[in-house]
Amino acid sequence: MDPRVDRHRAAVTRARTGTRGSRAATAVAIAVPCAFIAVFFAYPVASILGRGLAPDGALDLDPLRRVFTDPSQRGVVWFTVWQAALSTVLTLALALPGAYVLARLRFPGRSLIRALVTIPFVMPTVLVASAFLALGVPRSLGAILLAHVFFNYAVVVRVVGELWRHLDPHEEEAARMLGASRMRVLREVTLRALRPGIVAAATITFLFCFTSFGVILFLGGPTRSTIETEIYRQTTRFLDLPLAAALSIVQLVAVVVLLWLVGRFERGASVPRRLRAAREVEHRPRSAADRVLLATNLAVMAALLALPLAVLVVRSLTPPSGFGFGYYRALGEVRAGSTLFVAPLDAVGNSLRFAVVATVIAVVVGGLAAWAGVRTKSRWLEGALALPLGISAVTLGFGFLIALDEPPLDLRGSQWLVPLAQALVAMPFVVLLTAPVLRAIDPRMRDAATMLGASPARVRRAVDLPIAARALFVAGAFAFAISLGEFGATTFVVRPDAPTLPIVVYRLLGQPGDVSFGAAMAASCILMLLVAAAMLAGDRMRAGRLGEF
Amino acid sequence: MRRLPVLPITLVAFASAIVAAPSGAGAQANPKPQTVTLVTHDSFAVSEDVLAAFTKRTGITVKILQVGDAGQVVNQAILTKDNPLGDVLFGVDNTFLSRALDEGIFEQYRSTGLDGVPAALQLDPKDRVTPVDYGDVCINYDKEWFADHKVKVPRALKDLTKPAYKGALVVEDPSTSSPGLAFVLATIQEFGQKGWQQYWQQLVDNDVQVVDGWEQAYYDSFSGGGQGGKRPLVVSYASSPAAAVVFADPPITTSPIGTMTQSCFRQVEFAGILKGTEHRAAARELVDFMLSEQFQRDVPLQMFVYPAVEGTALPKVFTQNADAAEQPYEMTPTRIGEERDGWIREWTGIVLR
Amino acid sequence: MLEVQDLVVRYEDRADAAPAVDGLDLRVGDGEVVCVLGPSGSGKSTLLRAIAGLEPPAAGTVAWDGVDLRDTPPHRRRFGLMFQDHALFPHRDVGGNVAFGLRMQGVASDAARARTADLLTLVGLPGTEDRAVRALSGGEQQRVALARALAPDPRLLMLDEPLGALDRALREHLVDELRAIFGRRDRAVLLVTHDHEEAFALADRVVVVRAGRVEQDADAATVWQHPATPFVAEFLGYNVTAAFGPLVAVRPEGLTLASAGVPVTVVDRTFRRDHFRVRVRTASTQEVLDVAVRGSAIPDAGSTAHLVLDEAAAVPLPA
Repeated sequence: MDPRVDRHRAAVTRARTGTRGSRAATAVAIAVPCAFIAVFFAYPVASILGRGLAPDGALDLDPLRRVFTDPSQRGVVWFTVWQAALSTVLTLALALPGAYVLARLRFPGRSLIRALVTIPFVMPTVLVASAFLALGVPRSLGAILLAHVFFNYAVVVRVVGELWRHLDPHEEEAARMLGASRMRVLREVTLRALRPGIVAAATITFLFCFTSFGVILFLGGPTRSTIETEIYRQTTRFLDLPLAAALSIVQLVAVVVLLWLVGRFERGASVPRRLRAAREVEHRPRSAADRVLLATNLAVMAALLALPLAVLVVRSLTPPSGFGFGYYRALGEVRAGSTLFVAPLDAVGNSLRFAVVATVIAVVVGGLAAWAGVRTKSRWLEGALALPLGISAVTLGFGFLIALDEPPLDLRGSQWLVPLAQALVAMPFVVLLTAPVLRAIDPRMRDAATMLGASPARVRRAVDLPIAARALFVAGAFAFAISLGEFGATTFVVRPDAPTLPIVVYRLLGQPGDVSFGAAMAASCILMLLVAAAMLAGDRMRAGRLGEF
Repeated sequence: MRRLPVLPITLVAFASAIVAAPSGAGAQANPKPQTVTLVTHDSFAVSEDVLAAFTKRTGITVKILQVGDAGQVVNQAILTKDNPLGDVLFGVDNTFLSRALDEGIFEQYRSTGLDGVPAALQLDPKDRVTPVDYGDVCINYDKEWFADHKVKVPRALKDLTKPAYKGALVVEDPSTSSPGLAFVLATIQEFGQKGWQQYWQQLVDNDVQVVDGWEQAYYDSFSGGGQGGKRPLVVSYASSPAAAVVFADPPITTSPIGTMTQSCFRQVEFAGILKGTEHRAAARELVDFMLSEQFQRDVPLQMFVYPAVEGTALPKVFTQNADAAEQPYEMTPTRIGEERDGWIREWTGIVLR
Repeated sequence: MLEVQDLVVRYEDRADAAPAVDGLDLRVGDGEVVCVLGPSGSGKSTLLRAIAGLEPPAAGTVAWDGVDLRDTPPHRRRFGLMFQDHALFPHRDVGGNVAFGLRMQGVASDAARARTADLLTLVGLPGTEDRAVRALSGGEQQRVALARALAPDPRLLMLDEPLGALDRALREHLVDELRAIFGRRDRAVLLVTHDHEEAFALADRVVVVRAGRVEQDADAATVWQHPATPFVAEFLGYNVTAAFGPLVAVRPEGLTLASAGVPVTVVDRTFRRDHFRVRVRTASTQEVLDVAVRGSAIPDAGSTAHLVLDEAAAVPLPA
C-alpha cells in the first residue's frame, strides 16, 4: 500500500480518536482506578463475602433467602431504605436554602460559616448523639433524621453551593422577564440547572444514611436497626458470618441499583453551561425575601448544627474543678505511661498525616476515574468507585484483614491500610463531585484551544485542568474531612501506636470518670478546630491560587 | 515524547514519605525473629515500662494489633485462622470462648503461672487458653441520688422490680454490648431457664431503659456519669467506682458511685497462642509474662479488671472502692455458647418488641 | 407608555462611587422604538434592568400608563428583555425556550405550539423547535432569544445590544428584520446600544446617555443632525472645535483644506474607500480635527495647510 495513503489514514484516525498518546493516557486513567478498586475493594469484599456464603467451598444461598423470608430481617432492609430516603429528602429541604444563602448572599462572616458547617461532617457519632440527648432530643426516629441532617448538611451546602455560586443569574432573570414568579423560576430554571449537583449531593447523602451506623445505634434506640447495624450485630455478637455476608450482599446490590438508576436518570442531563465568577453572581441581601431567607437559614444552622457542637465545646471547657482548659491539659496526661496513651499532638499529627495521604490517593485515583469516565462517555467507572460508600465498614475491615494477607500484598499491620481505607471512603466524593464539572466543560472551549494550536495534552492542561482543579479542590477538601473523621473502617486497621483523633475519642470514652469523658470532649473539639482550619485554609488557598473561572 | 505526570508522581512520593516516616521501628517487620505479635481488642492496655522490662529481659519485642471490640477480635481470629494476624490473642472472654475453641484457633499451652490462678477461672480443661484477668459486670449506683432521695440501695436483682426503683435502671442491649449480655446471663443464672423471662417483663413494666452501648448507658443515662443523666442505676463494672476516682476532676478519694455486689456476672478474659504461629517460644514467653506478677499488678489500673493470679496486690483505689464480687454469677462457656443466640432473641422479643 | 422619572440606581459594591444611573428621565410611547445610546459603562444595561425590576432603584420612579411599578415584581410587569448574552435555557430545546413565556401565561399547549412555530418563522428559523440551543450559531441564538422575548407579547420589549456580537452582513440583515418586526407590533420598544449606526437604523427616537444621565433626547434625525452637547457630537463622530469662533460641531465633510483659512499641521492620513481622512492640528487651539478630503491632492503628514469651515454644515453648541 502507498505509505502516503497510510499516513493520511492514520492522521484522519488520530483526528477522530485522539493521538496514540491521548489514548494511552485514557487507558492509564481507566487502568489505575480499576486496579485500585479491584485490589482494595473488590478483592477484600469478595473474599469476606465468599467466606460467608461458601464457608466450605460450596455455595450456600440459604442466608440470602433468610434475609428476605425472616420478617425481622425484611423489616431491617425496609427500614434502612425508607429512613435513608426520608433523611435525604429532609436534608435537601433544609440544606438547599442554606446552600443558596452561603453561595449567593454576601454577608459578614460568610466564609467562616461556610467552613464551620463542614465540622459536623467529621464529628464522632457517639459524641454528637450524646449532645443531641443532652439537648433533650429523645431517642426516636426523629432523632435519627435530625442527626442525619446534621451530618449531611455540609454535603448539600458544599456540593450544590459550589455550582450555585457560579450559575449565570441571567437565566433566572430571563425566566422572570418571561413571566415566571420566584417560585416558578426556582422550580423551572434554578433547580433544573442545579440538578447535577443536587443529584450528586442526594446520592452521597442517601448512601451515608443508607449505611448509617452510629446514629442508628445511639439515637435510634435498640429497636431500630439498619442493614449496617445488623451486619455489626451478626458479625460481632452472633458470629453469624453467613447472614452478615448475605446482608452485605443485599446492601451492595441495593447500592448498585441506586447508582445505576442515578446514572440512567442523569444520562445527558448534564448540559454544558456558561458559568460565572462567584463575585459577579453573589450580592448583599437586598430584598426582604433575601433577608428573611438569610435570617431563617442562619437560625436553622445555629439550632441544628451549632447547638449540638456548642454542647460539646461547653462540656470540654467546664470540668467540675472550674471553667477552663483542664480537660485539654488532661488530654496530655490521662493514661500517661500506658500503651493506650497518645499525646494529643501526636494524635493530631497522625490524623493530619493519614488524611493528607488518603486525600492524595482519593484525588489522584478518583480524579483519573472521573476524567476517564467523561472521556469515554461511560459511567460505570464512576459507579464502581462509588460502591465503597455502600458497603459496611465491618465488612470492608474484615475483608482487608483476610484478603490482604499474602505477599506482595501483605498489608496487615501496615500503616498504609489506614489511608487506603480512608481513601476508599473518600473517593466516591471525588468522582461524584468532579465528573459533573468535567462533563459540563463546554466542548467548544476545547475546540477553541485546539484551533489555537494546542496539542491534546496542552488542551488538557490549559482548559480542563484549571476548571477540573477547582472541582478537585472541593472534592479534596471533602476527602480530607472524611479522612479526618473516619472511624468505622479505621478502627479495624489503625495501629495502636498511631491512632487518629476519633480513635482517641473512643478510647477515652471507654472508661468512667469526668476526666475520661472531658478529655474525649477536648479531643473532639480539637478535631473540630482542625476541620474548620483546614476548610478555611482550603477556601483561602483556592481563592488565591486558582482564582475564578 | 509525552511528559511524565510529574505532579502526581511527586505527590505520591511525598505521600509515601509521610506515611513511612513515623513507622520506623514498629511498622517494618523486624528482621529479628524475636518479635511477637499480640492481637487484642481496643481496651487492651499495659504500662509502657512494664512492657519495656519484658523486652529488656527476654529480647522479645511485642507488636500490638488492636482490631476492634472483643467480638471483632474473636471473629477476625476465626476468619484468619489459616493465616493468623499474630502469635498471641488476648481478649477472648467466657461469653465467646466456646466459639473460639470450637473453631480450633488456639494451640495448647499450659503456663507455669497458671498454678497461681484459681481453678474457677480455668475454664478450658485442655489448656488452650490462659485466664489473664477477670471483670465483674455489676449494677452501679449513684450514691448521691440514693442519699438525696432517701431511697435504699437495692441489694439483689429481684429488688429491681420494686416500685421504688421504677425508671431507675438503664441496661445495655445484649445484642450489641458485652456488659449487656453479661447482665442478661446473670439474670438467667438467678431466675433460671424458666423464670428469667418473667423477671425481664417485670423490669420492662418497671420502666427499664435499654441503650446500645456502655458509653450511652453510663454517660448519657446514668446520673452518676456526671453528664446530666437521670437514672441512678446502670449496668457497668465492679471496677467502675475505682475508675471514677482515678479519672475524677478535681481529685477525690471516695467514689461517688457504688456497686450492687449481688448483681455481678464474672467475665474472664483469656490469652491464647494462635495456631500457625512461627514464634512459638516467644509466644509462650508472652503468655507467661501476662501471668507474671509485674503484668498482673499492672492490670487493674490499665484495664480496670482484676488480676487472675490469686494474691496479686490490688492498688489502694481498688481496695477502697472496688472490691470484686464475692459470689458472682458464673456460667460455663459451653452453655453460653449453645444458648447465647437463643437467649438474645428471646430477650429481644420480651424487652424490645 | 413607559415613564421613567429621576431614576437613580446604585450598585452595592460601589456605594461611594457615582451611581450607574443618575437622575435619568425617559419616556417610551406605545408603538415607539426608542434607543438609548451611549459608550460602554454609561449605565445603559443597568437602566434596562431597573426598568425590568431586576435592579432596585435608589430613587425615582418607573411607571407604566401612570401606574408606579415600584411594587410590581419583574414577572408581573409584562415587559420583555432580551439579554446581550441571550441567556437561553441550555437544558431546553429551541421550542422549549420560545414557549417558556407562553407556559408562564398558562397558554394551552396547542396554542403555544402554534405560536412558537409562527415566531420561529418570523425570526427566520422555521421548524427548529427540536434543536438543542447549544447546537445553534451565535446569530441563530440571537434569533431564538428574540422569538422567546416576543412570545408573551410584552407591552414593552427591551433589547440589550441586540446586534452585539454578530458579523456585519448578519447585522445588516437583522436590522431590516427587526425593523419589520417592530413595525408590525404596535408596542413600545426600548433598546440600548453603544453603536450609533445600530441606533439610528432601528430607532425612531434616540436618547444619548453619559455616566447615567441624559445628554440628549430627540428623534433620530435631530440627534444625528443637531447634537446638543459636545459629548453627543463627539460620540457621533463630529469634530468639536472653537478654532473658527464660537464652539461648533462639524462633520469631517464640513471642513475643507484650502490655501487660506485657519492654519493647521497635518498629523496623518488614512484611506477610507471613497475619500481620505486627514487628521490635522490647528495652530491656534491645538485641536486635532478630522477632515474628509476627496480628489488626488492629499497633503503629506507634517505639511502645513489651511482649514475652511462650511458654515452651513456647522452645528452651534452651547459653550
